[in-house]
Amino acid sequence: MEFYGMEMVPEIETATSCYHCGENCDAELVKLEEKTFCCEGCKMVFEILQENDLCTYYDLENNPGLSLKGKRTTTYAYLEEKEVQEKLLTFSNGHLSKVSLHLPQIHCSSCIWLLENLYKLHPGITQSQVNFPKKTIYLTFEQEQTSLRKIVELLASIGYAPTINYSQLESKEQVNKDHSLTYKLGVTGFLFGNIMLISFPEYLGLQASVYATWFGYLNIAMALPLLLYSGSDYLRSAYYGLRQGHLNIDVPVSLGMLALFGRSLYEILSHTGAGYFDSLAGLIFFLLVGKWFQGKTYHNLSFERDYKSYFPIATLVKRKKDWVSTPLNKVEIGDQLLIKNGELIPADAKISKGVAHIDYSFVSGEEELITKRLGDRIFAGGKLQGGSIEVTVSRKVEHSYLTQLWNDQAFKKDKFEGKQSRLANQIAKFFTIVILSIAGLTFWYWWRIDSSIAFNAFTAVLIIACPCAVALAIPFTYGNVLRMLARHQFYVRHTQVIEALQSITHIVLDKTGTLTDNRQLSLQYEGDELPEAFKRAVKSMVVQSSHPLSVGIARLLSTSEILDQQVSVTEIPGKGLEAVIKGKTYRLGSAHFVGVEQNHRKGVFLQVEGEIKGLFTYKNQYRNTLDSFIADLRQLFKLSLLSGDNNQELEYLSPYFDADDQLHFNQSPQDKLTYIQSLQQEEAIVLMLGDGINDAGALQQSHVGVVLTEDINNFTPASDAILGAAQFGQFPALIRYIRQSKWVVYFAYAIAACYNVVGLSYAVQGLLSPVVAAILMPLSAITIVIIGVGGSWWLAQRNLGSVGDKNHQWV
Amino acid sequence: MKIIFLLIGISLIVALGFLMAFLWAVKSGQYEDEYTPSVRILFDQQTKNTTDD
Repeated sequence: MEFYGMEMVPEIETATSCYHCGENCDAELVKLEEKTFCCEGCKMVFEILQENDLCTYYDLENNPGLSLKGKRTTTYAYLEEKEVQEKLLTFSNGHLSKVSLHLPQIHCSSCIWLLENLYKLHPGITQSQVNFPKKTIYLTFEQEQTSLRKIVELLASIGYAPTINYSQLESKEQVNKDHSLTYKLGVTGFLFGNIMLISFPEYLGLQASVYATWFGYLNIAMALPLLLYSGSDYLRSAYYGLRQGHLNIDVPVSLGMLALFGRSLYEILSHTGAGYFDSLAGLIFFLLVGKWFQGKTYHNLSFERDYKSYFPIATLVKRKKDWVSTPLNKVEIGDQLLIKNGELIPADAKISKGVAHIDYSFVSGEEELITKRLGDRIFAGGKLQGGSIEVTVSRKVEHSYLTQLWNDQAFKKDKFEGKQSRLANQIAKFFTIVILSIAGLTFWYWWRIDSSIAFNAFTAVLIIACPCAVALAIPFTYGNVLRMLARHQFYVRHTQVIEALQSITHIVLDKTGTLTDNRQLSLQYEGDELPEAFKRAVKSMVVQSSHPLSVGIARLLSTSEILDQQVSVTEIPGKGLEAVIKGKTYRLGSAHFVGVEQNHRKGVFLQVEGEIKGLFTYKNQYRNTLDSFIADLRQLFKLSLLSGDNNQELEYLSPYFDADDQLHFNQSPQDKLTYIQSLQQEEAIVLMLGDGINDAGALQQSHVGVVLTEDINNFTPASDAILGAAQFGQFPALIRYIRQSKWVVYFAYAIAACYNVVGLSYAVQGLLSPVVAAILMPLSAITIVIIGVGGSWWLAQRNLGSVGDKNHQWV
Repeated sequence: MKIIFLLIGISLIVALGFLMAFLWAVKSGQYEDEYTPSVRILFDQQTKNTTDD
């Protein structure tokens, strides 16, 4: 049906996105049937799935695939080694083998579906099961039909390359989840419910004569495991604390527990009352729930990953005449190693053959390739680009330069005791003393008037005075704060870090990768005007390379189309690209590569048939929220900037910072560490925001080390918190939220104080009955929980806007 | 009304039975993964037959 009289609306160009992974296909467009893909890799995965009838993968989620753009293929040859297999397989009986692999790329239900249908892709796999929170797959396979190496290669080809770490080879400890708290919760819940059931007649005031005794004994029988099993943690902690002369929170709690138990036992055995076992059960149950809640903020990231994870776990070593794949811990000084393109240099060594172009961005943060020749020493941690080299090991892995930085004894971080924990412990001490005095006074008062009430009142005071707030407020409040933060991609290690974050006075910022966005290089072209034919030629060259500069140039030339026929391009690492297109020789690369004299212009030169046409210059692109970021933070903290680069950027950065802020350039990893130490000596509480190994030492040294990462799953060694790069601009708001949350805790303490006053007023008059206790105690506990959880949730709404992305939060 | 002892006794035994079942479930790994099974049940069985509705 046609609509006459309607204006023709011009077609709006929408960016095409890849059917597999959803990324923009701006640099390159690959088509198959009706679908578009961003690269050959994505198209290949699609074809694999289509052949095997697994396209339900795409039905479950939109663009569920993981981008394979520019991913290098790793060699898995070392998985053939018996030794390596022994360490990685969880079970093997010669016929069937089982292995569990960590796949950090698992992120949606399509992943689960595909990975559990792996048997369709690979005949040897009999079954596979995914544990989503742990991002792990458990595979069973037949050894006659396939091998560990083939399975890993398959996984890599569909985008789920497993992370196999050096530390996995070292020890085979399986960290099994500790279920003792779950057991305790189950048992305590059982006891809680049944004791309350048995105590019911008492609530109703029924004079159950015969039953009373039997029910009483039943209650005692159930209260014993309650005290000795469910409450064991608190009793033990109080005991050890007292032995060392500390009065911690668990002391008044244990005192209350023992008073409850003792008095109830006496009452039942002497037939003077029904006891307070229900209150005891309720108290312990709530305390355990608090612990469980706090433990539930478990993140799917491994915080204890250390530097070893960056090293490949096996390397080619020359044994006699052959290159043999050897596990890293077997490499000795003097061994000859063969390192190939894209591999990490596993140990400090001396080059014996070849010229090395090394990317030390892990170590120094700068992506400029360093060239080393025959006889030069190269350090571990760099990534080799280009031709392979042979080296002689000069230092074993443990003694490498990076390790030294890590093993520096200055690193053992002192346990930071936050203000609230200190307050909690002070309250605990104060509380115990005050309660004991009140109890004593009450006893003394009543003794002179009516001695029977005296004993009752004394124990009543001990029972009703509930330090629950002290034990519950922090776990529930800060536990919830951790969850709220995780929803905004700010993963904090545990509640102690929250308290440390509230005391920060000084923030130290790293430059490269933190303030700058490594994924964006603003490229500009200077030089002769390029005819369209040239632009197309250049575009066809750069799309074949995954170097960030090539990608940038391709984006700059987004309007030009790639040439129809395949262009054969040679990429010379460290130098540039060369191709012959339509008879003309094109060269794109460094000044040295195109034969221009070394001048101070940095960039990619374009040379056609020997003639320099122009230059692509690039600048570090700063994150676009940098303005508000610095402005907000400056209001609350002192700022410093540390950079491994030279001070070229000083002019650009100065307007952002104040005169009092400190900017330091040319900082080595050790310099950064020393700077933090000097700040700490001036009594500053330091937070460091950085991005990688080159500031790892400084991150460890500071009171709070926060790592900014583009990809949540590929990040650094031990840090106290991780912030997703996309949330960079939100950082000031997140800090403000954390600082405000302490008021929730204080408020909870205040409310708890009110409850205690009310309860004590009953107790000192000797009017405390089991019913009153049974109501007041759970009520106070519940109120604290509601205040803690509700308060922190409400503050999150106020400070952080939306509730964040639930899919990113893994709780 | 003395029957109530028997009843309470039995109810406690039943409750104990459930507690045992809970402890056994925890031990045998029921709580290892609390999320993935919820997704797994939503996957379709791939059958070649056409469905009626």
